[in-house]
Amino acid sequence: MSEQVWIAGGDVICGTGLNLAACLDAFEKMQPGMGAMQHLRSAHANTFPVAEVKAGNDELAAMAGMPAHWSRTALLSMIAAQAAWNSTGLGAVSNYRVGLVSANTVGGMDKTEHFMETYLQDTATGRLREVVHHECGSITELVADALGVRHHVSTISTACSSGANALMYGARMIRAGMLDAVIAGGTDALTRFTLNGFNTLMILDQQKCRPFDDTRTGLNLGEGAGYVVLVSDRLAEQTTAWCRLSGFANANDAYHQTASSPEGTGNFIAMQGALNMAGVQPADIGYINLHGTGTQNNDSSEGLAIVRLFNGHYPPVSSTKSFTGHTLGASGGIEAVFSAYALRHGIIYPNAQFTTPMKELPFAPVTTFSRGNALRHVMSNSFGFGGNCSSLVFSE
Amino acid sequence: MKAFIQGTGSISAQDSTVFPATIREYEGNRLPVADPDYKQWIDIRQIRRMGRVIKMGVGASHISLQDAGLTMPDAIITGTAYGCLADTGVFLNKLVTQQEDMLTPTAFIQSTHNTVAGQIALMLGCHGYNNTFVHGAFSLENALQDGLLLLQEDPARKVLAGALDEITEYSHTILSRFGLYKNAHTQQLLRSGTPGTMAGEGAAFFVLGAEKNARSKAELTGVEMIYRPASAEETAGHIAGFLQRHGLQPADIDLLLTGRNGDVRGDAYYDNIETTLFAGRPVAAFKHFCGEYPTAAAFGMWMAVQALHTGQVPAAAMFKGHAPATLKRVLIWNHQHATHHSLILLTAC
Repeated sequence: MSEQVWIAGGDVICGTGLNLAACLDAFEKMQPGMGAMQHLRSAHANTFPVAEVKAGNDELAAMAGMPAHWSRTALLSMIAAQAAWNSTGLGAVSNYRVGLVSANTVGGMDKTEHFMETYLQDTATGRLREVVHHECGSITELVADALGVRHHVSTISTACSSGANALMYGARMIRAGMLDAVIAGGTDALTRFTLNGFNTLMILDQQKCRPFDDTRTGLNLGEGAGYVVLVSDRLAEQTTAWCRLSGFANANDAYHQTASSPEGTGNFIAMQGALNMAGVQPADIGYINLHGTGTQNNDSSEGLAIVRLFNGHYPPVSSTKSFTGHTLGASGGIEAVFSAYALRHGIIYPNAQFTTPMKELPFAPVTTFSRGNALRHVMSNSFGFGGNCSSLVFSE
Repeated sequence: MKAFIQGTGSISAQDSTVFPATIREYEGNRLPVADPDYKQWIDIRQIRRMGRVIKMGVGASHISLQDAGLTMPDAIITGTAYGCLADTGVFLNKLVTQQEDMLTPTAFIQSTHNTVAGQIALMLGCHGYNNTFVHGAFSLENALQDGLLLLQEDPARKVLAGALDEITEYSHTILSRFGLYKNAHTQQLLRSGTPGTMAGEGAAFFVLGAEKNARSKAELTGVEMIYRPASAEETAGHIAGFLQRHGLQPADIDLLLTGRNGDVRGDAYYDNIETTLFAGRPVAAFKHFCGEYPTAAAFGMWMAVQALHTGQVPAAAMFKGHAPATLKRVLIWNHQHATHHSLILLTAC
């Protein structure tokens, strides 16, 4: 059993940078990662900007030490998960009871959609190696095997809250004494499947997204992976932990399959539950990394839930999706890394593309990068389709 | 970590209202779900839009809640290897054939893996914990483990946990190309002695609570996953260790319920450990009732809970030895391709 769960390290790869250091640099220089598609092949290439990882599959495969014909979802996952583990200085994975809890929503869909082009003409054709890793869990196992993780592998898919739920599940297994360390987070590659899916919902912005801005018209899709390394009390003594994962909660909005309730019921319950577990008051939160997708619906529901819960004590807030785009199953993992690192180093990230406060909200996001903030507790929100709402609290 | 199973519900190739008194037999390479009348649980306007796996999941969850006498669970957890394949296939087909043009959102919305858990929450108005595991043959097992953790953290909770997977034309054709299936008859499947099995699909749910009550059917004593064991010896060691942690020896297991599926390649693994670690113990099977799919152990668990509740093992389930006269402990051991092994220990209560 472990009383506390610690963040021993973490790393990311996303459209803003190939690692955490590059992302921090981009935040500081106000350089969002969105642009025209270079790697994804789509009929909408000239319509919707995306936050692609700035590397082709060959380059990613070399970085990951994996074959280039494997799903981009696995390549991204491997790069971030390996870097996250390395950042802890804990040495060989085999020395501990280590688990990998990885979230994703697309699995090997990037390969499957290519397979289908041939298969749909003749069902006896199409290379089977393109669908062998279609399942979400298969992506996690490619990475677990490459990392040498044997004690636990699992995959969570709760749409856009997937990555946050991976941290929760990992933390609970550490608390229960089942594992010493868990590499927890998520991964997702850009695919035509998700791009077209979000397009049918008419929630893609043709410009760079403007989270928590009154003029917002939708999200930009992104891709990437982000993992923290959660460790027990005992292991935390062997490393310089960033912070604790002190609170978390998962709730369901139970309002609509894709839309959030106007008042953000699920968002409120998740944030309140995370605060309760952490044993802190709303006024103790020094920064909120918003879910902040840039859609009318999300930002309004999330904002109103914050108004209700924080009731006048509004901490600095921002959506790093204004830089990374919405990385779906990866976002909870990527933003957990940003949030935990922010707490450790007193950083507050800016919200890019912001001009106009939302009429219904008494607060607006932070627009400049700053260091040296005295942060004791940081909140990270992740909300998704299916009403899935999760909130995490990191504490010093 | 243990729980009492307060209610169960299954939608499978068997008619769960008459199984095991009446067993449906199948010939061919798949066992399709015997669709019940979904109007019992779902508004008819919604039924038309819903994919089959969503209907199966919603239906099985309703049956299990009814069985437990529970209207509102505190948590909903699902496991699915493939997710909502039919809707995924529809959207993919249109994406490719219409060159990303004129697509509609319904199939995309219903293609996400958490659709079923989300739908159940939506229909119940349940704001509680909601999670979906998508990890092949560990999907059910993680859903159960998550449920056990939730009960350990807060014993007042009631958890609805289950698993589901569907067959579609696309998935069946593609999986067949991997050489997984063969034509057989369910009565002869387990002793067919050749490579390949019959495909299956289904959904099963369980209501878990920390306290025994009047509805309790069996105790979920433990769950374990073994990932890529190097050898059968390592697997046997894990199984023995798992039993030991629960204060048990192999001889204490009244019935070993294995996931044998008639594929001679995978069944040899069961044979090996059945004849060593479990020498002389009665062995039963369940995949000749439900077919092979990554979450088929959910059907096996549903069947085992029923057996523990009634004290009767269906004669048609027996593979080795005789149905035990008294049934106290059942160990379900399932493996997929020898790389994913799961253990579910159930005890009469």
